[in-house]
Amino acid sequence: MRARRIRIAAGLGAVALTTACAGAGSLTSGSSDATTIVVAIVSNPQMTDAISLSDQFTEEHPNINVDFVSLPENESRAKITASVATGGGEFDVVMVSNYETSMWAENGWLVNLQPYADATENYDTEDFLEPVRESLSYEGDMYSVPFYGESSFLVYRKDIFDEAGLTMPEQPTWQEVRDRAAAVEQARPDMDGICLRGLAGWGENLAPLNTVINTFGGRWFDQDWNAQLDSPEVREAVEFYVDLVQEHGQEGAATTGFAECATRYGQGRTAMWYDATSMVNVVESPDDSVTAGLNGYAQAPVVETEASGWLYTWSLAIPSTTEHADEAWEFISWMTDKEYAHTVAEAYGWERVPPGARQSTYEIPEYAEVAEAYAEPTLQAIRNANQDTTMTRPVPYEGIQFLAIPEFQDLGTRVGQQISAAIAGQISVEEALEQSQNYAETVGESYQQEEGE
Amino acid sequence: MAALDTAVQTRRRGGGALTVLTWFIGLLFFFPVFWMVLTAFKRETDAATDPPKLFFEPTLEQFGNLFDAGAGTYFLNSLFATTVSTLLVLLLAVPAAYALAIRPVKRTKDVLFFFISTKMLPVVAVIVPIYVIAGQIGALDNVWMLIVLYTAMNLPIAVWMMRSFLQEVPTEVLEAAQMDGATLRQNITQVMLPMVAPGLAATALICVIFAWNEFFFAVNLTASQAATVPLFLVGFMTSEGLYWAQLSAAATLASLPVVLAGWAAQKQLVRGLSMGAIK
Repeated sequence: MRARRIRIAAGLGAVALTTACAGAGSLTSGSSDATTIVVAIVSNPQMTDAISLSDQFTEEHPNINVDFVSLPENESRAKITASVATGGGEFDVVMVSNYETSMWAENGWLVNLQPYADATENYDTEDFLEPVRESLSYEGDMYSVPFYGESSFLVYRKDIFDEAGLTMPEQPTWQEVRDRAAAVEQARPDMDGICLRGLAGWGENLAPLNTVINTFGGRWFDQDWNAQLDSPEVREAVEFYVDLVQEHGQEGAATTGFAECATRYGQGRTAMWYDATSMVNVVESPDDSVTAGLNGYAQAPVVETEASGWLYTWSLAIPSTTEHADEAWEFISWMTDKEYAHTVAEAYGWERVPPGARQSTYEIPEYAEVAEAYAEPTLQAIRNANQDTTMTRPVPYEGIQFLAIPEFQDLGTRVGQQISAAIAGQISVEEALEQSQNYAETVGESYQQEEGE
Repeated sequence: MAALDTAVQTRRRGGGALTVLTWFIGLLFFFPVFWMVLTAFKRETDAATDPPKLFFEPTLEQFGNLFDAGAGTYFLNSLFATTVSTLLVLLLAVPAAYALAIRPVKRTKDVLFFFISTKMLPVVAVIVPIYVIAGQIGALDNVWMLIVLYTAMNLPIAVWMMRSFLQEVPTEVLEAAQMDGATLRQNITQVMLPMVAPGLAATALICVIFAWNEFFFAVNLTASQAATVPLFLVGFMTSEGLYWAQLSAAATLASLPVVLAGWAAQKQLVRGLSMGAIK
């Protein structure tokens, strides 16, 4: 009994000792005379590569330590938004997208990066693809700089299409895509015609669906912020999308997002997939996909517009609360300059280079060779990704597959849930849009009041 | 005689069916854990197949990646926050439970209700004020902030659990010790605590599990310095790529300490958890 008590006491003592050592809340310590910057980042594959490569940065910059906080998209967005909006100040560099940048710049939450970029030799902001650059600018200045950019396009199995005697136009219409989905299913009954996202979320099913709504001539709001989700164009578009995925899409479509479609396509269980251009990282990787080298790419299908791809970019910004803006920029410029593509290629190969940000990346011969099948379709999709080419009528908001207003995270998720329920067959498209229209009207009214004041 | 035989047989058959059912339910509950451990030894492509693969070439690649990803800091933070907060909880809960169980006063019920009422508000409802306060006192990304919150989070449960264990202690024993000249402290530490050691172990383990697995406070209040194991886990989730095998490996590693703690305290636990049932 006594021996045990002594052991317990010893245990307590050991913990007390650790407590004393732990000091002011940190259990690890970096080198003392260096500045430590904290970088909040989304845990996608290319970002994980950057974290692994950051040793090279710290070797070149012995006066700077870099700590990473890497979280999945949703957690990361929530955390960064909370921190930046309340001035929490935990981060010196944050990863944001073209959804946040101009809103946050307007609120004064971000440091203007234009003077830094202009003062950095060879950084060359003109080299960023124009739609990407513009989507990250506020009043002509860049407030975040792109790490990679993406649009959307259609991937299809060239081998299966050849076998079935089918062809794919470079710029198909949605009707043509539907016909081909039906034809492929006839030729290959073991495969689905197409995979489309049905999982609820503004960044999930609403991303592809909104491009469909746009190209069918629909819009969320008219110029006076009147909600338009019950308009005939939107109804036609949503009915088309829901019918297509129900008739020729995957099983369990209502819970399928990017990752699930990637898996299905990668295992050769679907003949087409309309999604982000960044899909090439999965479908062209021999490790992840049986389809590597067998893929053809077509531009986002259209109906009434010239183009229909979306525009999304993960970019790096500096919150205005930081005390280390210079060091933060040093790091950002390392991760987004022209040299970074070479750094990645040396370590992991050219196929791992983050795409869709810089024109110069596409001019590197080695990259052009590796990316031969998808480089041009990606570039073309991004170049065309603006409201003029992807929409039929003007709208009062920025953005293609999202509305760059703060309310959209909530509104989009609610509408996404309605659409997902319609895809699952729990409610009709009619009912889904009626409810969505109600949600949208509430948001529209707040903008109408604002403009009325 | 024949009737008796039939009765015995029926009972046996009934017992057999019950055993089969128990095994079935047990396996049903264990299956996700088994699948997690199995997936940890797969390559990403094997993990993502549909239908799922039961046979594959095992690899340690995923575990290797974990150590490259710098798991150490996260585990150290979790270990520290869990141990210190659990000790603090026990330090505060035992005297409180003693007072509430052995020396109840007029408003004991109200006090108990007050304790448990702090668990009724969902954490998400108070996270903004907590975040702002933490920001203003400079306690964001500080492991001590987590310790304070974890202590507060587990204290009501610990008080309630310890109180029910202490109520089982016959007051006569404590009175006898008092008669022999034991002070209050001696009474608690030398007479009472050894009697409720299983209960204490059960309470401590519950606190350890809750603190070790806590995600919501950790994700909101920490960044790079004080991040705990659950954050390390979600860091592997990505919207653009396969991650199940990697995540499974991380989850297997993360659940090991708790499983080991539970295993070490197994005997005490079983006694502790069934304590109230045996009068």
